[in-house]
Amino acid sequence: MEANDVIQLIVYIAVFLLLTPILGAFIASVLMGKKTFLTPILGWLEKAIYKFSGVNPSDEMNWKSYAKSLLVFNFLGFLFVFLLQLTQKYLPLNPQSLSNISWDQSFNTAVSFMTNTNWQSYGGEGALSYLTQMLGLTVQNFVSAATGIAVFAALVRGIKVKQTSKIGNFWVDLTRSTVYILLPLSLVFSVVLVGQGVIQNFSSYQVVTTLEGATQSIPGGLAASQVAIKQLGTNGGGFFNTNSAHPFENPTPFSNFLQMLAILLIPGALVFAYGKMVGSFRQGITIFLVMFSVWIAGLGVSIVSEYSHNSVLGYSGIMEGKETRLGVINSLIWSTATTVASNGSVNSMHSSLSPLSGGVALFNMLMGEVIFGGVGAGMYGMLLFVLLTVFLSGLMVGRSPEYLGKKIEFYEMKWTLFGILAPCAIILLGTAVSSVLPMALSSLTNKGPHGFTEILYAFTSAAANNGSAFAGLNANTPYFNILLGLSMLIGRFVVILPVLAIAGNLATKKITPTSSGTFATDTFTFGVLLVGVILIVGALTFLPALFLGPIVEHFLILNGQTF
Amino acid sequence: MELSKKQEKQWLNPKILFPALKESFYKLDPRIQAKNPVMFVTEIGALLTLLIVLFGKSSSQSFEIQITVWLWFTVLFANFAEAIAEGRGKAQAEELKKTRTTTKARLLKDGIETTVSASDLRKHDVVICEAGDLIPGDGEVIDGIASVDESAITGESAPVIRESGGDRSAVTGGTKVLSDRIEIVITAEAGNSFLDRMISLVEGAQRQKTPNEIALSIILSGLTIVFVLGVMTLKPFADYASQVTGQNLDEIMTVPVLVALLVCLIPTTIGGLLSAIGISGMDRLIRRNVIATSGRAVEAAGDIDVLLLDKTGTITLGNRMASSFLAVSGVRVERLAESAQLSSMADSTAEGRSIVVLAKEKFELRAETLTPQNAEFIPFAAQTRMSGVNFKDQNGKDRQIRKGASDSIKDFAKESGFKIPPDLDGLVEQVAKAGGTPLVVIDNGDILGVIQLKDVVKGGIKDRFAELRKMGIRTVMITGDNPLTAAAIAAEAGVDDFMSQATPEAKLKRIREEQSRGHLVAMTGDGTNDAPALAQADVGVAMNTGTQAAREAGNMVDLDSNPTKLIEIVEIGKQLLMTRGSLTTFSIANDIAKYFAILPALFGTLYIIQGQSQGPLGELNIMGLESPQSAILSAVIFNALVIVALIPLALKGVQYQALEASKILQRNLFIYGFGGLIIPFVGIKIIDLIINRIGLI
Repeated sequence: MEANDVIQLIVYIAVFLLLTPILGAFIASVLMGKKTFLTPILGWLEKAIYKFSGVNPSDEMNWKSYAKSLLVFNFLGFLFVFLLQLTQKYLPLNPQSLSNISWDQSFNTAVSFMTNTNWQSYGGEGALSYLTQMLGLTVQNFVSAATGIAVFAALVRGIKVKQTSKIGNFWVDLTRSTVYILLPLSLVFSVVLVGQGVIQNFSSYQVVTTLEGATQSIPGGLAASQVAIKQLGTNGGGFFNTNSAHPFENPTPFSNFLQMLAILLIPGALVFAYGKMVGSFRQGITIFLVMFSVWIAGLGVSIVSEYSHNSVLGYSGIMEGKETRLGVINSLIWSTATTVASNGSVNSMHSSLSPLSGGVALFNMLMGEVIFGGVGAGMYGMLLFVLLTVFLSGLMVGRSPEYLGKKIEFYEMKWTLFGILAPCAIILLGTAVSSVLPMALSSLTNKGPHGFTEILYAFTSAAANNGSAFAGLNANTPYFNILLGLSMLIGRFVVILPVLAIAGNLATKKITPTSSGTFATDTFTFGVLLVGVILIVGALTFLPALFLGPIVEHFLILNGQTF
Repeated sequence: MELSKKQEKQWLNPKILFPALKESFYKLDPRIQAKNPVMFVTEIGALLTLLIVLFGKSSSQSFEIQITVWLWFTVLFANFAEAIAEGRGKAQAEELKKTRTTTKARLLKDGIETTVSASDLRKHDVVICEAGDLIPGDGEVIDGIASVDESAITGESAPVIRESGGDRSAVTGGTKVLSDRIEIVITAEAGNSFLDRMISLVEGAQRQKTPNEIALSIILSGLTIVFVLGVMTLKPFADYASQVTGQNLDEIMTVPVLVALLVCLIPTTIGGLLSAIGISGMDRLIRRNVIATSGRAVEAAGDIDVLLLDKTGTITLGNRMASSFLAVSGVRVERLAESAQLSSMADSTAEGRSIVVLAKEKFELRAETLTPQNAEFIPFAAQTRMSGVNFKDQNGKDRQIRKGASDSIKDFAKESGFKIPPDLDGLVEQVAKAGGTPLVVIDNGDILGVIQLKDVVKGGIKDRFAELRKMGIRTVMITGDNPLTAAAIAAEAGVDDFMSQATPEAKLKRIREEQSRGHLVAMTGDGTNDAPALAQADVGVAMNTGTQAAREAGNMVDLDSNPTKLIEIVEIGKQLLMTRGSLTTFSIANDIAKYFAILPALFGTLYIIQGQSQGPLGELNIMGLESPQSAILSAVIFNALVIVALIPLALKGVQYQALEASKILQRNLFIYGFGGLIIPFVGIKIIDLIINRIGLI
């Protein structure tokens, strides 16, 4: 590791730490329905949307109608993207005359973008028309992120309000998140990206002759607008097959820096927004530090592992699978950021990372995408872990557990556990079935523990709604399209519904005043315990799988054996 | 306290130990186990391995038999923990039952007395009890007065007075009339009397899971489900590995081994001890002579953050004591003291006696010359609100001394035309402000000064309240005193707040206010007029000396009728939750070590490189366990033994200290979390050494 690497790392972290509290304060204002500096500029758009869709923004919903609106909205989004792919051949903006997509892949992709996963079993430039990408995928990139923010806002209201059944209006949360947070940020970001050389056009693919005399087809497309929201909304679905390793999607070190920043920006800011919304900066910063330290610890392991001497190849800092434009450190920051943040975009091939770096990427997802996590999803997922920790620590100090004055009881624990464990169960079952079915095993390109990790990574990425691929696994088979599609659905909605149920139930409760007997959730001790609970739940569930995947591979490489 | 010490070690008592051992086997009934998901899964696993050992063909049968035996031990140990906890309660209940079965009742119907069995009594029946009779059921005295020995339920041998009307009319079945004759109307159906409910609670028969216990069970069940999935999926994971390496893992990846792994991972430690913890929480209350009507009430006690405490008897000693003499100007204090002492010689009240004692201590005065022969004592009368003495002194002079409330004495002086010293009012006010009661002394028309009577705050109570404050509990003193006096005593006792001139209605209102602000309130009471407040409070502790109405309204009864007990009740409630939380943390933290014992044992040879003695995962056998089989067996044995080792802790509860929540957490997290990580590494290693030394493997 050279000084240059260290400087890049420090600048990245410094800018991240600087921007997140500022954006967090702004997001809090938006979600609490306050006026911001954008209200005079974009207020008309918000009102127009309500008017057009016949929504009364002052109508508050209970958790069931909130959930119903959310499910209907997401289902319609899914249906639209699904049909768009099945018929893209007959629709405009398809200069390459790309054919219709098979039903199983359409299902997979539609689910993937609706659930903010952006798992891609297709290659962007080779399969999807400009219309499908623009109207289908980019739109879902916005609204799936906004859906996550809405659920987060509903949960925070559930914690804050007392003795009511109302937790806000889904349509308002969706609209305000999109209009005031996602749209303006994406607009600015895509313009900057265009300035760096990310393409934004409707041209057909150019066929050129290379210096070597071979012919090459160079794709075009609306990359900049999609890339901006793909990073900001923790979607991660690349416009092109190689995602942000593609020079049209991520041309310069500066564009790379901005995209890395965008990956963690809103998830990080939402933690500060949370603190502001519940009226305690310390609550926010405690959770932020928990997330930050787990991320940095993983990054540290990655860096050590990647820069240490590789006994097979005989040198360190291996460039296989990485972009020479970007280098090792930027690949590692990206690989950890994209896996903690449930983003899933890549600028290097995770399959080529050292076993431990790959293992860190995998473990980041196995923790349930709560270390920053998806936009909104990371925070509400983290709050489930907070509730679990509060329950345990409440018992340990001899007092019925309560969080911010709300008693945590049977109902909350039931759904918390459900939300935390359902994705775990899906990952275990999916991996188990796939590691013995010949139909699934034929998709593997690598053998040994590395092949096992490919399968584990795929189901983890799907169930955690991350969407990054380990590469090496041919996921475009009906088997994987359907199974991973279902995993994504479960990983998304079997968490959202419990979260809304908890929000609804918390909203009806009284707020107990704090005293010195109350267990504080904004202290170092609580932070340590929270980290412990997250790691232990992740470790206890997946340790055997990790033993048979990255860990055994790591030991084998130490002994000079690769797969 | 002696009683509780004896019972502390009671689980080693053969009378409890042997029935508990027997009970452990009865409890293997799957219908009983099904109530506890963790142990139910363990039992199914044990049954599965038993069938495989009996009917399967295995090359390592001795190993599998040992696994099976220890899996059954795991279930039995958990059953034993519960049986011991129940047994301790039963032993207590047996004593109570003896009194019930033999009781005969003298039923009074239409003026005719008949003898019936106590169990045939119905509500509203009237019975007669005379000296020597056992009271046949719970009821109220409607006629007469008697002294009653209630030691059967309270352990207190001094008899108490029960009389019709007022706050001392309730009697409890099973207690014995020592003198006189009373008529009692029965207020509880047979089988539902106070004693019956107490017995069933003590036996644990009526035990319902408390809200926190249910929520915890949900977590334990969730973890169990995930581990079942985890172990089930381990087989295909291993199949994948054995397929790509061409290695055969069937030798070690057997069903008994997978069941062993599962049982080690699921939280059997807390799962096995959970009900024992709950039962013994109730038991700890009973040993302090408090009966809770439900486990829920015990748990609620741990959450209390406002305590309403009656001043008299709880915060202060029951009686006021003279604390100083304040003479008006121009009068020697000794003269005041002497007159005060003389006036109180025949005053048998505690206040009167304290005046005599104070004068003796301060000025060595002894008014021995005063005898009833030469003196006329004037007792306190409601009209005059004064008491005193008339006598002839050594010189044969008439002396008339009075002491009383300031207003009364002043009126008395004015009527007789005596003058009132100008600084008297100042002294009176000074005493009142300091929380005392002023008594003015007048001797032959001279107002000499003021005796300061003071409430005596119980020793150590201030520290107790400081501890409570640290725990986040606010104390509110309830008193009928005027605000001035109340404020002074409140300051001296160190309570956080006080209610002066409190009426039962005001108490009720105060409780409702606190509750609407989200607080949980506990209070004690004894009178019928306390009943609404007792019912409203989250934890209402009725004094056993109180009325039936009060006892019905509260959710706990203190047999010792000691209001300070409330503080202990809160501690027991907290301890109950803490024990559950700590053992849960311990149980989960243990899993890491068990993984490190079993996973290398299963996969130690996988991907083995030619020429090496073990595969890469064998390096994770950081405990250096002898062989795969001994590693697995050691983990299972540790898992079973740790339940037995923790039974005393489950029964006794984790150590409780009045500390801030964050300190308690740090402490318990260190002991049970960090300890839970380390201890099994050591334990499994030791067991591994032993079983290899004695050649079990």
